[in-house]
Amino acid sequence: MTVRQFKVWRGDESGGQLNDYQVEVNEGEVVLDIIHRLQATQEPDLACRWNCKAGKCGSCSMEINGMPRLGCMTRMSTFEEDETITVTPLRTFPVIRDLVTDVSFNYQKALEMPAFAPPKDVEPGEYRMQQVDVERSQEFRKCIECFLCQNTCHVVRDHEENKLAFSGPRLFIRAAELDMHPLDARGDRKEIAQQQQGLGYCNITKCCTEVCPEHIKITDNAIIPMKERVVDRRYDPLVVFGRKILRRDQLTSTAVAEPAVHSGPVTVAEGAAPVNFSRPLSGPPGPEVNAAGHVNLNEMLSDRAAAASPFGDDITFPVDPKTLNYYHPGGADH
Amino acid sequence: MVNIEAHAYDVVVIGAGGAGLRAAIEARLAGKKVAIISKSLFGKAHTVMAEGGAAAAMGNVNSNDNWQVHFRDTMRGGKFLNNYRMAELHAKEAPDRIWELETYGALFDRTKDGKISQRNFGGHEYPRLAHVGDRTGLELIRTLQQKIVSLQQEDKAKFGDYQARIRVFAECTITELLLEGTGAKKRIAGAFGYYRESGEFVVFEAPAVVLATGGVGRSYKVTSNSWEYTGDGHALALRAGAKLINMEFLQFHPTGMVWPPSVRGILVTESVRGDGGILKNSEGKRFMFDYVPDVFRKQYAETPEEGDRWYTDPDNNRRPPELLPRDEVARAINSEVKAGRGTKAGGVYLDIASRRPAAEILKRLPSMYHQFKELADVDITAQPMEVGPTCHYVMGGVEVDPDTASAGVPGLYAAGEVSGGMHGSNRLGGNSLSDLLVFGKRAGEYAASYTDELAARPKIDDTQVAAAVEAALSPLTREGGENPYTLQSDLQDVMGTLVGIIRRKGELEDSLRQLAELRERIQKVGATGGRRYNPGWHLALDLRNMLVVSECTAKAALEREESRGGHTREDFPKMSATWRKVNLICSLSTEGGVDLAHQPIPTMTPELLGLFEQSELAKYMTEEELS
Repeated sequence: MTVRQFKVWRGDESGGQLNDYQVEVNEGEVVLDIIHRLQATQEPDLACRWNCKAGKCGSCSMEINGMPRLGCMTRMSTFEEDETITVTPLRTFPVIRDLVTDVSFNYQKALEMPAFAPPKDVEPGEYRMQQVDVERSQEFRKCIECFLCQNTCHVVRDHEENKLAFSGPRLFIRAAELDMHPLDARGDRKEIAQQQQGLGYCNITKCCTEVCPEHIKITDNAIIPMKERVVDRRYDPLVVFGRKILRRDQLTSTAVAEPAVHSGPVTVAEGAAPVNFSRPLSGPPGPEVNAAGHVNLNEMLSDRAAAASPFGDDITFPVDPKTLNYYHPGGADH
Repeated sequence: MVNIEAHAYDVVVIGAGGAGLRAAIEARLAGKKVAIISKSLFGKAHTVMAEGGAAAAMGNVNSNDNWQVHFRDTMRGGKFLNNYRMAELHAKEAPDRIWELETYGALFDRTKDGKISQRNFGGHEYPRLAHVGDRTGLELIRTLQQKIVSLQQEDKAKFGDYQARIRVFAECTITELLLEGTGAKKRIAGAFGYYRESGEFVVFEAPAVVLATGGVGRSYKVTSNSWEYTGDGHALALRAGAKLINMEFLQFHPTGMVWPPSVRGILVTESVRGDGGILKNSEGKRFMFDYVPDVFRKQYAETPEEGDRWYTDPDNNRRPPELLPRDEVARAINSEVKAGRGTKAGGVYLDIASRRPAAEILKRLPSMYHQFKELADVDITAQPMEVGPTCHYVMGGVEVDPDTASAGVPGLYAAGEVSGGMHGSNRLGGNSLSDLLVFGKRAGEYAASYTDELAARPKIDDTQVAAAVEAALSPLTREGGENPYTLQSDLQDVMGTLVGIIRRKGELEDSLRQLAELRERIQKVGATGGRRYNPGWHLALDLRNMLVVSECTAKAALEREESRGGHTREDFPKMSATWRKVNLICSLSTEGGVDLAHQPIPTMTPELLGLFEQSELAKYMTEEELS
């Protein structure tokens, strides 16, 4: 047993200060144990949320020496013997009292996000999914809603004004989870993320991934894939259709016999342009990726000054009409 | 005069865990206006701690499974003290409740043919637990939470307000139920509570209240339960005139961590044993083979070799004794430690590291690995864990009608851990998640239909509200009141040492004397500071609930002179067929003390009795019952 130095923020929305405390610390304890001892021995009204004390409920989120952490998962043995440990409330959310903040922002954003849409013609008990397909979404469903990612995200951390338009990493993984859900009936999860949740505000600094106590790869596995696919889907109606009817592994290899963008058969006037409507189509080339399979989002790494062409960088204009599956209704002259 | 916020709802659900949320969904689907009251933030309920899975005889992994087998396992696990009708409904309806979750968006682990995968668990004859790795409870709570959001979105589309028909009151504690009338005409009129954030009071006017407040584990020091488990629903029901049943039966989970202190009490899921983990004492002996009781001898392996073969060939081998029901394993560990063969911290070793390759452990028990690595710097793929019994679940609870979940007082319903009878004297792992879905739904359904049949809404009695305000404020206004943390710690000491896993007459009598002293002290509890988010004040208000349920447990434990399931008397080590016929019922006397009464248990129907072999029934029942 040793006595250690603590600084704990105490106050409410009108202001507060860091108080100094000297508290007993025993072998094998975590910061939340010390907060509890502080309550039991010195400050009975010290406000702090907690529930499971096992890293499973995500209640005891706080900032320990400036780092967003769970109190129950921060072992005292990770600090130096003579180190003063400073405990403050989450900075991104309004303080209610002491270490307790008003996290209703997160619940409001969750409320605004379209829920799981069950497939219409599948009865309960008839759902069939492969393990490999559910695992992608399962990673995001590990989320314990500690909101440390929301707290650390610099888009809202010191920018109250962004909160209206930005849902934050917690809701981006929810969007990715539903997007990757094998049976979700909605096909517009990425568009919602882009247009309603403010996915575009994220510039991939990976701070959220760093603080996630569940080690969910928020940036790599949810945000970046959503951004990439938002980019390529936004411009290609064929991909939108293909995604609705095909599994992902079928998308590149399968050619569509009849161009799906047209409705019904097209008759070509005699002597018109030699258009081959059955020409196999490849998917859009998509943006260039680096060795890790990610888009170079940093301009310094890109070989051109502006954004990648939505039509693919290897296409030059004007294109040869013979390579197109397009027949101008005005005839060959146009 | 204090300021009191007032709301009116059709159904007020107290508790936002699995049972509460499922009840709220059902009541809302029946068209009712529903309030969900949660002591914590939305989605933090203790249900998230459930790891193993939800038991439902879907037969996805072994097609021999069906509700009859599940019913049989549940009755055996509960040592035939279960309310048979609840066990029957539970076994029959669990699969539908699980499948329903998939339509809410749940993603369970899958079998090869794409169905919900099911895993083995202690006491279940076939692989039966639908699971998601080892975080099934989290999946369940998140799924129900998101279903509620989806219903709120429907309401927004229809009425222009997310909260038109379901509103979640987060960080709000109910301290009293409000009643109308007296005697036989007494019925629920609403509930009174306070917001934890602001300390402001709130009154709900509602004809129906569903209790879904969970258990009582916070009365013990070594417990897997969160701070919320202070027996609120048990105490609210008692004060409203309902009865508690079987309060002597507490489940001590056999494998809670005992070292290091940062994880003390935290569960090591049974799947560690289901996936190959074994128990060893400090001498390195695998001791469970010495503790297989006669009633289970036929179903369990006799040699380590046979036990090891079972993991890969369960049809031709019997299961290892590490998978005995929880009470048996807890008692075995307790005996080893008492005999001086335990670890320094008072536990035994649970070893999976030497039995399975690290990669496989990581794959099958990811959050278990992660939890101990992060919380305690213990690597379960490299070293054994130190485990011992930890207070985990209360089988006893509010006496309810099996079909309707009605708690006897008109308008009062109870579901989940707070209700009693379903699990008898011992709950099987995995049966709690399915229990809260099955009876959560029923409670919501019948609470809703109860409000349909009302001629007039009950009126709230203002004197009751005034009394509730005074009681809630009293710790804050009391000069020099006793520290609530000290009182809680003293209460935990009494319960842990005198009403723990092994009980004796003298100690139980002693515990009742000490609880009576604590009752005096708790009436004089004080809290410093203001009303705004003041944990000391909140604890001071919870203490009287913890005390009254502790008194029920101690009284019933003293009365029941036999050992059965979650109740072990050193002075009466045998199970008694005569005691099996008795339920112990606790109610509140007019002076506020606990009254105890005997009540015969309901007689099982011949059809259900016919599911068992006569020779098995003979182990539990009296001659007279068998003939």
